[in-house]
Amino acid sequence: MKNISVGAMETKETKEKKEKVPRQKMPEQDPQKRVRNFEEVPIGYSTETAIIEATRCIQCKKPSCVGGCPVDVRIPEFIKDIAEGRFIEAAWKLKETNGLPAVCGRVCPQEDQCEKVCVLGKKGEPVAIGRLERFAADYERNAGKISIPPSVKSNGKKIVVAGAGPAGLTIAGDLVKLGYDVTIFEALHKAGGVLVYGIPEFRLPKAIVEAEVEYLRKLGVKIETNFVIGRTKTIDELFAEGFNAVFIGVGAGAPVFMNIPGENLMGIYSANEYLTRSNLMKAYLFPEYDTPIVRGKRVAVVGGGNVAMDSVRTALRLGAERAMIIYRRTEVEMPARKEEVHHAEEEGVEFLMLHNPVEYIGNEAGWVTGMKCIKMELGEPDESGRRSPVPIKDSEFVIDVDTIVVAVGTMANPIVPATTAGLEINKKGYIVTKDESGLTSREGIYAGGDIVTGSATVILAMGAGRKAANAIHEYLSKK
Amino acid sequence: MNKIIEKVNLSERVVKMVLEAPIIAQKRKAGQFIVLKIDEKGERIPLTIVDSDAQKGTITIIFQIVGKTTAQLDGLKIGDSLQDILGPLGNPTEIENYGRVVCIGGGVGIGVVYPLAVALKKAGNRVISILGARTKDLLILEKEMRASSDTMIITTDDGSYGVHGFVSSVFQVGMLDQNIKVDRVYAIGPVPMMKAVCDITKPHGIKTIVSLNSIMVDGTGMCGACRVAVAGKTKFACVDGPEFDGHEVDFKLLADRLKMYCDPEREAYEKHKCGCDGN
Repeated sequence: MKNISVGAMETKETKEKKEKVPRQKMPEQDPQKRVRNFEEVPIGYSTETAIIEATRCIQCKKPSCVGGCPVDVRIPEFIKDIAEGRFIEAAWKLKETNGLPAVCGRVCPQEDQCEKVCVLGKKGEPVAIGRLERFAADYERNAGKISIPPSVKSNGKKIVVAGAGPAGLTIAGDLVKLGYDVTIFEALHKAGGVLVYGIPEFRLPKAIVEAEVEYLRKLGVKIETNFVIGRTKTIDELFAEGFNAVFIGVGAGAPVFMNIPGENLMGIYSANEYLTRSNLMKAYLFPEYDTPIVRGKRVAVVGGGNVAMDSVRTALRLGAERAMIIYRRTEVEMPARKEEVHHAEEEGVEFLMLHNPVEYIGNEAGWVTGMKCIKMELGEPDESGRRSPVPIKDSEFVIDVDTIVVAVGTMANPIVPATTAGLEINKKGYIVTKDESGLTSREGIYAGGDIVTGSATVILAMGAGRKAANAIHEYLSKK
Repeated sequence: MNKIIEKVNLSERVVKMVLEAPIIAQKRKAGQFIVLKIDEKGERIPLTIVDSDAQKGTITIIFQIVGKTTAQLDGLKIGDSLQDILGPLGNPTEIENYGRVVCIGGGVGIGVVYPLAVALKKAGNRVISILGARTKDLLILEKEMRASSDTMIITTDDGSYGVHGFVSSVFQVGMLDQNIKVDRVYAIGPVPMMKAVCDITKPHGIKTIVSLNSIMVDGTGMCGACRVAVAGKTKFACVDGPEFDGHEVDFKLLADRLKMYCDPEREAYEKHKCGCDGN
């Protein structure tokens, strides 16, 4: 099917001449080989390929792609730099509006954002904006020519950023460039949030996150790890110490379980735990690293989002012989990026669609041995607009498993709201903000990212960090 | 980085360490814990804060050498540093003047019950302590506990010191059978000990608090490794606990889940002992 449509397009396009160069593919590690290692899957564009791809951009006068980007990256401008061989300049242009281009080039859902509205996409395939972003950022890092903007004169105002994830890193970068004295407080021992504990090495090498965090440090951002806001010190204690404004970007870091029988058996993980062990603690290198992880042979991952794909592909790399996605709807409703689903399929993941676990079965020692599933069918659309899954009566059956990863979402971690008087939360525990600025029910306290919206994407959290940076700047400039 | 200020071997397998951690030393309350990580490749382990000195900016931990991480910790010297310490974590113990309270500690659990006894005594309670150890040499904090107790009873499994027997039977025979009124019990130690105490206090309706030492990774409610079942509901020991009403805890599940990494832990410990991992 694919070949026919591509062929048909090509004949049409020879007439139009405008877009005869096809969207450039990115080379990838062979599925057979990569399924047993943790190295990055896509290898990245060569300079030649990057230039070819960049020249596909028709440099629209009114580029719609920029409007599709939550942090307004000046897309046509950086692509023009690449097309004309100014790779370092391209990276600098990216960094003017995006502090984490090497990350975003890898994990942003471009197909739903900038590339979705690319004019070329109307008749053919959009410019590979994400791949070009990655190329420019990698080129700069590999060349060792990271430019540090001249330090700005301090305005003497101190900012607390709670959480060193995508939202926190973005706001910290923005405010330090405006002369603020910014300190990020991070609960874990490493900065990066979901970029270090959640997204696996094979999708986002940790050295890249470290380089981007290091860049922020060089800009003057202070990072205090091992510091839980609310426990180590509360927000009010930090105000009392002289901080002028606070941004809460602590994420939605509490795992959701399904509350079905047997869910606490050994061998059953939340995706948060499974990925944290593997990524942050490097359990895949046990015993060189001290943190262990269960290396299951028959692993079932419950859920259909990106976190589920990350988990199931991690299971394969940890040696699973059978790695399954158990999802209660169908491929069409699956929230994971197409690219991730495709990668998982290539690597041999089995997709059990329209299945839902109802019970876990264990042995005497307390280890999970089976998963009782019920088959589902799609009924009427629910409030999310997706057709809701309905159980088929008497369709239960048991699948043999030795490891389960529950990846059905996350919820708000209660520590910050519980220790901050007057901070309004909604009934799900997320922080209520007045508007897009991220202002909370308390003066001087702003919030953004998953702790406001519930689990979303890296780039949306970054967008929220950007907006809150502007709002805090406006607030403190008036004071 | 957190420097080791003091290190004392309380017994052959139990070590007391005083660590530099100024903010935690100021903030911590009885019942709270830290998560520590020795170095870049280390795992994160939770340990109760046994004591603190806000002035000196130090906290005290006590640990038993049971595996690779604790053996490595034992190998460190005064002046060495740990890479990461996070805390104070968990909910502090609810301290009130309840009346007559019994603090039962077993093995290294005495280190966990000690700060509770101190706080309870300070709040005006009459504190009766029952401490148990396998043998005399393994008994820790005897002097410190005595200073915070109105009455103290010691038991050893082998009869080498104090009463020959278990803390639970001493508690049963020495107090409940004598109809001595008990307002609250704190039982902290090995899972079978906590369960045994809860089994005997339940028919008497005596509120019994236990502190659960589940396996943890982040310690802030993010991963769910430490989940326990309390009153039939899943709770996270790190943020919902670590203390719970012992009459509602599923001890079988707790004991099972503590064994989840026995095999890999043994492997890592063996490797560490023979020194082939370079340490």
